[in-house]
Amino acid sequence: MTTTPTTTASASSAAGNSFSDVTSSESALRRFLHGLPGVDQVGAEARAASLGTRSIKTTAKDYAIDLAIRMVDLTTLEGQDTHGKVRALANKAMRPDPADPTCPQTAAVCVYPDMVAVAKETLGTSGVNVAAVATAFPSGRAALDIKLADTRDAVEAGADEIDMVIDRGAFLSGRYLEVYDEIVAVKEACGPAHLKVIFETGELQTYDNVRRASWLAMMAGGHFIKTSTGKVQPAATLPVTMIMLEAVRDFREATGQMIGVKPAGGIRTSKDAIKYLVMVNEVAGPDWLDPDWFRFGASTLLNDLLMQRTKMTTGRYSGPDYFTLD
Amino acid sequence: MATKKATKTPSTQSSPVFDYAPAPESRAIVDIKPSYGLFINGEFVDGGGTSFKTISPATEEVLAEIAEADEADIDTAVKAARRAHTRVWGRMPGKERAKYLYRIARIMQERGREIAVLESIDNGKPIKESRDVDVPVAAAHFFYYAGWADKLEYSGYGTRSLGVAAQVIPWNFPLLMLAWKIAPALAAGNTVVLKPAETTPLTALLFAEICQQADLPPGVVNIVTGAGDTGRFLVGHDDVDKVAFTGSTDVGRAIAKAVAGTNKKVTLELGGKAANIVFDDAPIDQAVEGIVNGIFFNQGHVCCAGSRLLVQESIADEVLERLKRRMATLRVGDPLDKNTDVGAINSAEQLARIKELSAIGEEEGAGRWSPPCDLPSTGFWFPPTLFTGVTQAHRIAREEIFGPVLSVLTFRTPAEAVEKANNTPYGLSAGVWTDKGSRILWMANQLRAGVVWANTFNKFDPTSPFGGYKESGYGREGGRHGLEGYLKAEVN
Repeated sequence: MTTTPTTTASASSAAGNSFSDVTSSESALRRFLHGLPGVDQVGAEARAASLGTRSIKTTAKDYAIDLAIRMVDLTTLEGQDTHGKVRALANKAMRPDPADPTCPQTAAVCVYPDMVAVAKETLGTSGVNVAAVATAFPSGRAALDIKLADTRDAVEAGADEIDMVIDRGAFLSGRYLEVYDEIVAVKEACGPAHLKVIFETGELQTYDNVRRASWLAMMAGGHFIKTSTGKVQPAATLPVTMIMLEAVRDFREATGQMIGVKPAGGIRTSKDAIKYLVMVNEVAGPDWLDPDWFRFGASTLLNDLLMQRTKMTTGRYSGPDYFTLD
Repeated sequence: MATKKATKTPSTQSSPVFDYAPAPESRAIVDIKPSYGLFINGEFVDGGGTSFKTISPATEEVLAEIAEADEADIDTAVKAARRAHTRVWGRMPGKERAKYLYRIARIMQERGREIAVLESIDNGKPIKESRDVDVPVAAAHFFYYAGWADKLEYSGYGTRSLGVAAQVIPWNFPLLMLAWKIAPALAAGNTVVLKPAETTPLTALLFAEICQQADLPPGVVNIVTGAGDTGRFLVGHDDVDKVAFTGSTDVGRAIAKAVAGTNKKVTLELGGKAANIVFDDAPIDQAVEGIVNGIFFNQGHVCCAGSRLLVQESIADEVLERLKRRMATLRVGDPLDKNTDVGAINSAEQLARIKELSAIGEEEGAGRWSPPCDLPSTGFWFPPTLFTGVTQAHRIAREEIFGPVLSVLTFRTPAEAVEKANNTPYGLSAGVWTDKGSRILWMANQLRAGVVWANTFNKFDPTSPFGGYKESGYGREGGRHGLEGYLKAEVN
């Protein structure tokens, strides 16, 4: 955590300065992104799989489970969301295990913009943040001014964090500068709120694209890079997250600034979450083992973490009825 | 986020590092006997020589007393193998031989955890490696050659077996090298007398039990334990038809001399000093993994280890920096801990050799670096090490160290990379890292090495032939080619 106190605030401006040449034109940006070292798919997947074989037991598991709970962005992003549902989720985020006051709270709840006010009201000063998905989530298919209005609306309602989606169509057709400019514009609309940039890696498909999108978003001033909306399969995977962790590690080497990473979608078990934490530890480094720098976008994961946590303290597995369903 | 930081509890700031707690694989699954005899003609018998001890290189604990086969024992074993070949195995239809090989392969899978734990205890290699590489690849070899047993007429090398094969294997992959030797020999209809290395006999003896369990006819597989003398008696025995050896170039040379002028067919798989060549357009993160895997896999006790890193000068600094960062995450220690990446050096003798050559590297002016790393106080250990500023004139760039020691050299052009890579008496393997497919093909044509890996390293598969050029030996193991050394060419 050596660089944390000041970097986040100045991230965009400093990054903008050091990369101003790169982002000065479409062709310069393309040259830069295509000049990044390639990713060998077979090798990357083998490395991710081998990190997944680490055996995390006893005290290490205790630590990992509590850390994972603190990293959860407890998420509900459904057409059927109601105030009642969001309030229930917010309460769960503040007191994940009502039976155990030592259980930490989650990092944030993640909702659609129209639910931000309800979530904020329920969470109050608990320290649990409200994250809102904006910019015509999940497809991102809307005009820029609508995306910006969406963002401002969420921030005005009290969102602490904005999860935006990039324009995958523009990215895949090679219009990188357009994607970059859009992120910069959304960042500005965020004001004090933190910006997470969602790539929808299931649509970008190749690891080379994931690496390029990562650099694009980091240079544009995103505070976090995030894999997926959860609405497209595959969502987060270990290799994709590893490529993004390598990107934030390399970005810090180049600029001194730390960027967070958030895998989202498809992470359902404690075992999976621990594999991600091992990867954070060994690829990006221990500095990222903090809710400020790594998050899980998840809903069902939390209950499995709680079950494992209870098992670690009592030595017994309890049934699902001993944990709240929301 | 600024406000959030302010409200953070102090415990967050002083959050402990993610320390992986010990995760030892249980030893309870293996049953190491106090002493072992020789496995001859389907039974365990006493040896005539002076028995010796095998120890765990991680703790120096004595594991078992092992019989030494003397000349008379070797003769008994070869006779048993001859009888089994003449009366049973050599005349058995291939389809029937295949059934035994499939059965052995399945038992190896079923007892996989037991074999893996025993291998790690006796050899010192990390359990994740014996569990994920040695045992599954060894079983795969038996499955693969079981498939050949009734299809020899399509091999292109004839269908007639040679007879008795004398096989001598090294200590770096005790079970896997046994599988490489025994599976093709049996598939082709030969019987074998195999000598495991004196420091790692236990999995071969467990394999003998597996042969019993599979009801393999007596004498088809014989395991004789002992050191150099036992090996000399075996390869020098008049009634063996084939000698197969994997090990050092010096011993290989002695064996070639010993069998010269006889009818014995010979295959030798010897040392190496492989170049792992990284071009400036390589996928850097995967190349770094490949460098690490190339030299630190199995503590560098790999004949095809990528012990010479040839990196293009324009990216040398970046690659080195990333390599060092990656090396700092390697976990050295208890071979039975599931999180161990680098285990113990196999013997005091080998450790001394690694130390000696490393000291010479320093004396000759190369820059030595190892990550900070606590080594256990008992047992044989050497930290992952790299030497920078190495040139072709350094001994550490020419001699096989057979340990976790990497020599880093640079090059400017593809032609220079080829020239340096080939400038060694060895020629077992090489690695090429580049995103350019045409360059991979060009390099593979230029490199004088039996195996050229492209954007990967140390990958083994039973279907792929493996073997050397020049002082790395002759003959191929694995694949269809691996049958050649165990079949008599048809004479028409």
